[in-house]
Amino acid sequence: MSNCRIGVYVCHCGSNIAGKVRVDEVARYAKDYAPDEVVISREYKYMCSDPGQDLIKKDIKEFNLNRIVVASCSPLMHEKTFRNATADGGINPFFFQMANIREHVSWVTEDENAATEKAKALLIAAIHRVMHHEALEKRTVHINPQVLIVGGGIAGITAALQIADAGNKVFLVEKSPSIGGHMAQLDKTFPTLDCSACILTPKMTSVGQHPNITLMTYSEVQEVNGYVGNFKVKVLRKAKSVDHEKCTGCGVCTQKCPMKAPNEFELNMAPRKAIYTPFPQAVPNKPVIDKTICTYYKNGRCKACEKFCGPGAILFDEQDRIEEIEVGSIILATGYDLKTAESLPEYGFGRYPNVFTAFEFERLVNSSGPTGGKIVTREGKEPKSIGILHCIGSRDKKYCEYCSRVCCMYALKFSHLIKEKYHDCEVYQFYIDMRCFGKGYEEFYNRLLKEGVNFVRGKVAEITDAALEPSEEGKLIMRAEDTMIGTVRRIPVDMAILCLAMVAKPEAKELSHIFSCSVGKDGWFTEKHPKLAPVSTASDGIFIAGACQGPKDIPDTVAQAGAAAAEVLNLIQRGEVEAEVVTADIEEDLCSGCRTCVELCPYTAITYNAEKKKSEINGALCKGCGTCVGACPSGAAYQRNFRDEQIYAEIKGILAV
Amino acid sequence: MSDKGFEPRIVAFLCNWCSYTGADLAGTSRLKYPANVRTIRVMCSGRIDPLFIISALQKGADGVLIGGCHIGDCHYQKGNYSARRRAAITETMLESLGIDPRRFRLEWVSASEGPKYAEVITDFTRQIKELGPNPLKKGAAK
Repeated sequence: MSNCRIGVYVCHCGSNIAGKVRVDEVARYAKDYAPDEVVISREYKYMCSDPGQDLIKKDIKEFNLNRIVVASCSPLMHEKTFRNATADGGINPFFFQMANIREHVSWVTEDENAATEKAKALLIAAIHRVMHHEALEKRTVHINPQVLIVGGGIAGITAALQIADAGNKVFLVEKSPSIGGHMAQLDKTFPTLDCSACILTPKMTSVGQHPNITLMTYSEVQEVNGYVGNFKVKVLRKAKSVDHEKCTGCGVCTQKCPMKAPNEFELNMAPRKAIYTPFPQAVPNKPVIDKTICTYYKNGRCKACEKFCGPGAILFDEQDRIEEIEVGSIILATGYDLKTAESLPEYGFGRYPNVFTAFEFERLVNSSGPTGGKIVTREGKEPKSIGILHCIGSRDKKYCEYCSRVCCMYALKFSHLIKEKYHDCEVYQFYIDMRCFGKGYEEFYNRLLKEGVNFVRGKVAEITDAALEPSEEGKLIMRAEDTMIGTVRRIPVDMAILCLAMVAKPEAKELSHIFSCSVGKDGWFTEKHPKLAPVSTASDGIFIAGACQGPKDIPDTVAQAGAAAAEVLNLIQRGEVEAEVVTADIEEDLCSGCRTCVELCPYTAITYNAEKKKSEINGALCKGCGTCVGACPSGAAYQRNFRDEQIYAEIKGILAV
Repeated sequence: MSDKGFEPRIVAFLCNWCSYTGADLAGTSRLKYPANVRTIRVMCSGRIDPLFIISALQKGADGVLIGGCHIGDCHYQKGNYSARRRAAITETMLESLGIDPRRFRLEWVSASEGPKYAEVITDFTRQIKELGPNPLKKGAAK
C-alpha cells in the first residue's frame, strides 16, 4: 500500500504516558519501521488538547496525509475526538486508528523498557491496520418522538410528566393495577415530614388526565426490538376483566364481592376483595379482578360484581393481549424491593409477631392504613417500647455490602412519628453510624436528639424472646453491642422495626436482557458512566432513573428522573442521531446461501432471499457485533472497520515488535 | 523447554463492551500486570474467527487470549455463545495442528472486573512462560 501517507502522533498525556513510556523512542521507531508510509511521526504533550488536534489538521494539509494514527489513551475515551480532528483536516474520519498506550500500557506496567516495547507493538499494529482502512459514511436515523417509560413510581411519574408537558407522547407501563409505586405506601417523607400521599397524589392524577400520556397499568413489557429512535415494543396487557371505559369507579362491585385475599398494598395486614383497586387514591381509580381468587374463575359461579355493576363494565371473558407500540426512546424506572425479612432468620420475623418491616410500619402509622394510623402491636396493644434496627441486610458482607442510604433518615422519621403519638414510649435506635447526608438531614437528626429518643451505637445481632430475668418476660429482647460503652446489652421492647436493605427487583436481570442493558453484581442497572453519564445505559436511547439504578431517596430519584427526561428530550429535539457505522454486510457473489449467519444474528437483521439463494443484511437493524462475520464459512460476510484484512494486519503488526 | 529469560508475546482479542473496558478499568485503577499481552479490540467476542487465533500463533504469538462478556451479559445478547462454541473447536484444531491447546484461553471479564483482568493476564502469562516459546515461531515470517 505505497499510496498510504500516514501521520503518527504519540501522546505524552502529561506524565501519564511519558512517565513510563519513552515516547520519543516510540515515535522514532514508527518512522523507521515504515519510512515509506509514515510521512511524519511526532510526539506531543496532550494530543487531545486544541493545539494537539490542530497539529493533526495542519499536518494533513501540509504533508498531504491520508491516514492518521494516534497512540494515546483508550479509544473509548478519545476515538471520537480524533476522528473529528481527522475529518476537520479534510479526510474521511475512518482513515484513523488509535493505539491505547495509557490504560493498556503505561498505567499497568512497572518496567519502562517493557512498557516502551509494548507501546511500540500496539503502535505498529495500528499502522498496519490503518493502511487497510476504508472511507465510511456516517448514517443518520430518525428519532421517533414517542417515549416508553417502564415503571409508574415517582421516577416514572416525574419523567412522564416532564416529557409529556413538553408536548411529546408518552406510554407509561406499570405492572400493578395502579401507578404510585412505593412512595404511595409511605406515610410521611423525611426530613420535611410532608405527607407522602399529599405530594404524590396530585402528580398521579396529572398523569391519569394528561392528554399526552397513555397509561398502561396492569401491563408488562415483553419484547423490545429495534434501535435508538426506532424501537418496537410488545406490551402484555393483562386482562383487567373490567372495561375501564365504561367503569365509573363507583366501587359497588368491590363492596359486593364476597371473596377476600391479603392486600399487598397493606403488606397483607388487611384484606382486599377479588375485584379491587389497590388503594383509595389509585390511578386509574378503577378496579381489576384477581382471577386467582375470584369464585367465578374458579367454579363458574357468583358474578356478584356483574349483577351490581350499573354501567355493565364487567368483562369476564377478557383475555390477556399483546399491544405493539413504536417509540424512539425508553426510560427504565422499575424501582426496588426491600430485602425479605424472612431471609434474615436472626431477627425472627414471622416467628415473633411483633417484629415489623419498615414498610409494615409505614402502613401502621398511616391514617388510611389497616389500623387507621394507630401504632399497635399485632395483638392490638399500645407498645410501651419500640426498637428500630438500622442496617438490616445493608452494610453487611453476608447480605448486601452497600449502604441503602435511606434507612437512617426514615428510622429518625419513625422515632418522631412514634413520639408524636406516644410521648412516653421508649424508642431505641440501634445504628452503626448515622448517615444523614442530604439537605436538612443532619438538622433533622439534631432535632431528634432533643426528642427523647435513645440512640444505641451498635447493630442488633439477634432478636430473641428467651427471657433471662422477669423484666424481659413477654418482650422481644434486642441483643446488641453498645460500642459507645463497650458492652453487650439486652434491651427488651414490645415492638421491633427492621430497616431492611433496599435490593434490586428480582426481575431486573430479565429486564436487562429485554432492554439490552446490564446489571451489576447487586442486580442494579448499570449506568454508562458512574459520574458523567449516570442515567444513560450501554444501549443508546435507553435510560435509567430512580432506585432501579441503586438505592436512593425521593429527592435523588426525582432529580434523576428529570435528568433522564432531559436526555430523552435532547434526542427528540435533535430529531436524528448518527447510526452505527461498523455494521456488517454480505458480498453477494461470495455468499453460498448456507444461512449459518441467519440463525446467529441476535437482531434478526439477516434474512434469506430464496429467489437469489443468498442471505441479506438489513443495515438498519444490524448493530455491528460481527458474529455473522466470524461464522461465515465463505468469507462473504464482512464488518465495516473490522474487516478480516484489517484484523489480520493488526495481528501482523502487533507481533512485528 | 523454557528459557529463563523468556518473555512470551501474547495476543488478546477483547470485546469492546466488557473485556476491553475491563482492561481499561485495570488501567485507570493502576493495577500492575505483566506487559506480555498485546490487545486487539473487536466489537464482540462473536466476531473472532478461529483463524485469527491460528494466524496469531503462526505469526509468532506464544499464546492467545479471548476476552468476552460473561454468559448472559453479552452486549449483543448472544455473541459470546458463538465465541464459546468456536473456542471448543479451536482447541481441537490446535491439537490436530500439534499446538498445545493451553496456549489458548477464553475468559469472561466484565467491564467492572479490572482486578480480574489483571489476574487473568498474570496467570496466563505465567502459564505461557511454563509452556515455553511457541514451537511454530522458528518458522514464523517476520
